[in-house]
Amino acid sequence: MATEPQLAAERHGVFLTTVTRLYNWGRRSSVYPLSFGLACCAIEMMATGMARVDLARFGAEMFRASPRQADLMIVAGTVTKKMAPQVVRLYNQMPEPRYVISMGACATSGGPFRDGYNVLRGIDLLIPVDVYVPGCPPRPEALLHGLMTLQAQIDAQRLDAVRWYSDREARDHPVPTLGQHGLAIDGQTIDPIGGLPLLSPLTSPHAEAHRSGQLEHPQEIRLFPIMDDLVERETPWRARGVAREIAADDLKRGGNHE
Amino acid sequence: MSAHESHLLQVNIGPQHPSTHGVFRMEVTLDGETVVALRPVFGYLHRNHEQLAEASSYIQTMPYTDRLDYFNSMTSNYGYALAVERLAGIDVPQRANYIRALMSELTRILNHATAIGFMINDMGAWHTALQFGMREREKILDLFEMASGARMMCNYFRFGGVVRDLPPEFLPYFDQLMRGLPAFFDEFERLLRDNEIIVARSSGIGILPREVAAGYSVTGPVLRGSGIPYDIRRAEPYGIYGELAFDIPVGSVGDVYDRTLVRFAEMRQSYRMLQQIRERLPDTIGGHINPAMANFGKQKALRPPAGEAYARVESPKGELGFYLVSDGSTRPYRYKVRAPSFINLTPLGAMCRGHLLADVVVILGSIDIVMGEVDR
Ligand code: SF4
Repeated sequence: MATEPQLAAERHGVFLTTVTRLYNWGRRSSVYPLSFGLACCAIEMMATGMARVDLARFGAEMFRASPRQADLMIVAGTVTKKMAPQVVRLYNQMPEPRYVISMGACATSGGPFRDGYNVLRGIDLLIPVDVYVPGCPPRPEALLHGLMTLQAQIDAQRLDAVRWYSDREARDHPVPTLGQHGLAIDGQTIDPIGGLPLLSPLTSPHAEAHRSGQLEHPQEIRLFPIMDDLVERETPWRARGVAREIAADDLKRGGNHE
Repeated sequence: MSAHESHLLQVNIGPQHPSTHGVFRMEVTLDGETVVALRPVFGYLHRNHEQLAEASSYIQTMPYTDRLDYFNSMTSNYGYALAVERLAGIDVPQRANYIRALMSELTRILNHATAIGFMINDMGAWHTALQFGMREREKILDLFEMASGARMMCNYFRFGGVVRDLPPEFLPYFDQLMRGLPAFFDEFERLLRDNEIIVARSSGIGILPREVAAGYSVTGPVLRGSGIPYDIRRAEPYGIYGELAFDIPVGSVGDVYDRTLVRFAEMRQSYRMLQQIRERLPDTIGGHINPAMANFGKQKALRPPAGEAYARVESPKGELGFYLVSDGSTRPYRYKVRAPSFINLTPLGAMCRGHLLADVVVILGSIDIVMGEVDR
């Protein structure tokens, strides 16, 4: 939000801004997605990059083949249990700041294939997701809206508060292994072959209560442990019960959630 | 052995790789830059299609067939509907058959246009050629959306016909598309035929001789590129294909270039068929669906008599077959898909041996696979 002195200066041809705003403007206008298609949704992802919808208008047309050069991972399609370890590895290889869009029903929850024994029921079991785009497949316009939502989130981040400039050393997300009972992290099955997956501390609304021991029946909430500090770093918005999108909006209007 | 002893090099391509057309892994053994052996590794997109179908009622599987080959949901629908109709003895009215063929041929144009685009993509023309194919795809998807309500996952076919008749705005838009198609074919073909780089990169590459192709039981443009004029629409006509005039284009050498030319020629043949369908469509009799099956409750409660049926259609990728065994209940006892992408992929190792590593992705592109169908 431009202040009065700022506007006065602009009338004299001087452009004033804050480092945070400039930094965020640069980052949100050149989001490089990872060229990474899993299934049907990937075709619509490509269609988003093509002439009719044209992702390039939003500065996100540079699909990078290497995770080392990418800022954004669009998980487009069904993540199978065989593929899940590779997805986490790719995510770990991306440099900070990095974002994830979960595109389509499959990536979000397993979608139509949720009942299958080989399908991961939501990529947010393993890596934090910033924006969910519903649909099977989402139309290119929907993905575009997802990208714009992500841009609003990037805009709301503060240079002095972002975690990748903090002293805490970045740690990789644990890579699951495919055992005979399903996907496991450190020997604990998190997404079994049948039945339902355990709740991920990355997304579970119970995560906070679970950690602080406030739960009445803790045994009923079946969380699986991912490194605790990692969870804390990844879920500041969720822990306060604020949807990221709303929080970002509030921040832009001058509210403070930090 | 000389002082410069050479070793074979193992390279893993995939499962995340921009040119593997999905999550597909190739274990390539290289001598310098030449491929000595290639082992395809599947299963990264195994989505339990057959298991889910055996746990669902017959009509519930229809949307899953959309997701088999996600470029060509219409032809996958067609094959499955045909198999169930054969199993349960359901007749299809003439108009429905015409609509079905119309959708199938539109799908073929869509698939070939994008497949060629993707292959040129793999040669290094990053997204330029693909733009042409995708532009046409968007137009055809608009038509699909008008008819079925969805762009990609149409779920348009029902047992005994299609879910609803063509809307009134469909045919004018279709005519407009048809007027533009020949110019698109010419433009796109010129892009390929007259381009020295594309010719150099594709002729003589990945040769699949006639006998080898037949031995691997490949189908579709890959088989026809090797010179065998085998097409289900001619070999075992279904729907109205017996009444339509069309030629089966074949290649002579069986290399990447031939396969691409076959795809171009097939698009023109599809165009020819579409013209015939368009001409006769207004005079067709019968509704868009068999009246006995028009109620969706009938579709849901379908209990085919115990027995088995196999139906096959010529999908743009090849022979797509559905095998069903019924035990008289509302769910199939056994359901099996003969996926053309999967079977066409088997000779990949044979085609790539002796070629450079850079040619491997081009050969893979020329086979035109979709992982949803390979792994199911
Ligand atoms: S959400 Fe639908 S379109 Fe997307 S990958 Fe899953 S099944 Fe395919």
